[in-house]
Amino acid sequence: MRFRVSRPVALLLLLLLVVLAFGASLALGSRWLGADAVLKALVEPSGSDADVIVRDLRLPRTVVAVLIGTCLGIAGALMQGHTRNALAEPGIFGVSSGAALAVVLGLQLGLADSIRTTVWFALVGALAATFGVQRLATRGSGSTPVGLALTGAAVAALLGAFTSAIVLLDADTLDSYRFWAVGSVAGRGLDVVVQVLPFAVVGLLLAVVNARDLDLLALGDDVAAGLGLSIRRARFVGLLAIGLLTAAGVAACGPIGFLGLLAGHVARRLFGARNSWLIPAAGLTGAAALILADLVGRLVGGAGEVQAGVVLGLVGAPLFVLVVRRRAVAL
Amino acid sequence: MTAAVAIKPRTVVLAAAFAIAAVAAALVSLSVGTTRLPLADVVEVLLGGGRHGTRLVVLELRMPRVATGLLVGIAFALSGALLQTLSRNALASPDIVGVNSGASAAAVTVIVLAGTGGGNISGVAAKIGIPLAAVLGGLLATTIVGLLSIQRGVVDAGRVVLIGVGIAAAANSLVAWLLVIGDVTDAGRAAAWLAGSLNARTWSDAVPVGLAVLVLLPIALTFNRSLEALVLGDDVASSLGVRVSRVRIALLVVATVLAAMATAGAGPIAFVALVAPQIAQRLARAERPPLMTTAMLGALFVTVADLIARNGLELLRVGPYELPVGVVTAAFGAPYLIQLIGRQQKER
Repeated sequence: MRFRVSRPVALLLLLLLVVLAFGASLALGSRWLGADAVLKALVEPSGSDADVIVRDLRLPRTVVAVLIGTCLGIAGALMQGHTRNALAEPGIFGVSSGAALAVVLGLQLGLADSIRTTVWFALVGALAATFGVQRLATRGSGSTPVGLALTGAAVAALLGAFTSAIVLLDADTLDSYRFWAVGSVAGRGLDVVVQVLPFAVVGLLLAVVNARDLDLLALGDDVAAGLGLSIRRARFVGLLAIGLLTAAGVAACGPIGFLGLLAGHVARRLFGARNSWLIPAAGLTGAAALILADLVGRLVGGAGEVQAGVVLGLVGAPLFVLVVRRRAVAL
Repeated sequence: MTAAVAIKPRTVVLAAAFAIAAVAAALVSLSVGTTRLPLADVVEVLLGGGRHGTRLVVLELRMPRVATGLLVGIAFALSGALLQTLSRNALASPDIVGVNSGASAAAVTVIVLAGTGGGNISGVAAKIGIPLAAVLGGLLATTIVGLLSIQRGVVDAGRVVLIGVGIAAAANSLVAWLLVIGDVTDAGRAAAWLAGSLNARTWSDAVPVGLAVLVLLPIALTFNRSLEALVLGDDVASSLGVRVSRVRIALLVVATVLAAMATAGAGPIAFVALVAPQIAQRLARAERPPLMTTAMLGALFVTVADLIARNGLELLRVGPYELPVGVVTAAFGAPYLIQLIGRQQKER
């Protein structure tokens, strides 16, 4: 059975999915609420239990999930486009590892003790790692796709090693780090959104600008240059966007793996290789995926919760495999 | 079929040099520690002599650790060489195809769930449970990856890597979750294991890896000719009489068991499988990683790294702490790889 819908319709359907997921995330949890209770809590709250649950507990984390899911989904799609590597992902690129190392250093030095302070360490680490990888990979005659991906993997492992060295020497740091490293939207309030929002917005704008350039780059560097594209600038803008988006995501929720990989592939399967469609689609896919992952973790966890990062890993893997098996591997 | 494989003298000399260097590093490793022994005493003990106390330190305390390091290095490096050749992908290593992640997830499950909260787990679970879980987990993950990568009866190299990443991500999130639900001391123990450590190894760690190397290294070497052909591409290889799919599956199994056994012995030590084949291939000026040279380089790499891990922080006067060996292999392996990539790009 094959449906053929035009791309605008498909994009609207994806948007509808995000809206539905958003609603479900407000309504469902350890206590199930009806649509009328949710609406009442949003529009005219009276301070009842249901209102508190919706407004203070579920709404903030759902908003965080929408924003961060969008960021990480788009970051993944951009990365796959720029590296021409189907494996490209913030995790593989070393960006998440840079953020993790910075956070651990912050914890160890006693400078980062709450999510509010952790945010800034993650931002600095993610941006530093993105540009470190970029600089390392563009020595010589410019960044080849394979070189970029390999460099990212090497940097990720190196930073990961330093992180585990610090964590292993100090049990307190390990104790804080493990809760951050699992990747979750639980307990993230709107203050976190406010702190990462500027980074996210600039990153998203740059991604939109970069989408057209990516389409030209896909024709090959020579053709793109012949059509008047500054390859160096296009790559720089792409890198900056990836760094900002991932930094926002990692800072707010910890290193949530898989989202970029998953969203990039799902969007590519649904919308093809045109980046002006692919990138918004990857953002919406990422948002829906993160909301649903958080929701599932809340529903299956019983008394405790299974963190969204864990759910994404466990539920996302089969889906990802399905995508990989159905389409040709080479980008 | 004793087909002539042109073995270059350069490759043989390199393999011998790495082997000698690895043995030398192992001897140094046997001599340093809280009680420092003269090298002559160590050699005397190895030849069957020496005082009782010296024999105890060398043979009972240090030897199992050093032997585990040598063997694990061989196993990881060989596994990486096979996987990189099979997939024609320099990124391919046991961590990518799911061995390390599957083994880690299974071992951490045992450490956290069997943990008593004191950082100690009961004898049987520790002695047999962790290694057994690691091997089974590694095999299971790679089997899943292998089965999912088969399409129309053919194992697709690119697909193996891609699906491996998916399975690894699933396993890693399981590990992250286990670390969160576990007691902090158990989590610490698991984190140390995850970093790759040779601390407190006994013969029960070294022997299984040794058996795996003893059986699988010769098997891998018999496939040398097929690998030579596979480098030229699947079509060329099959026209030369190589049963591409069968060889690939056989060597995938060999590589998996090697890496799983090594992970069971010492945890997922980073970068040995990724970097040793690359360095060996470069130094040998070959089209693919030469197996024997890579194996010996792996042994040297891990032994020297452990020597640094044990004594590095003390020499730097940071403290009496020991680092896990995996931290050191990454600290040296990653910059080398980065530099290698840079040089290749300049050559283009």
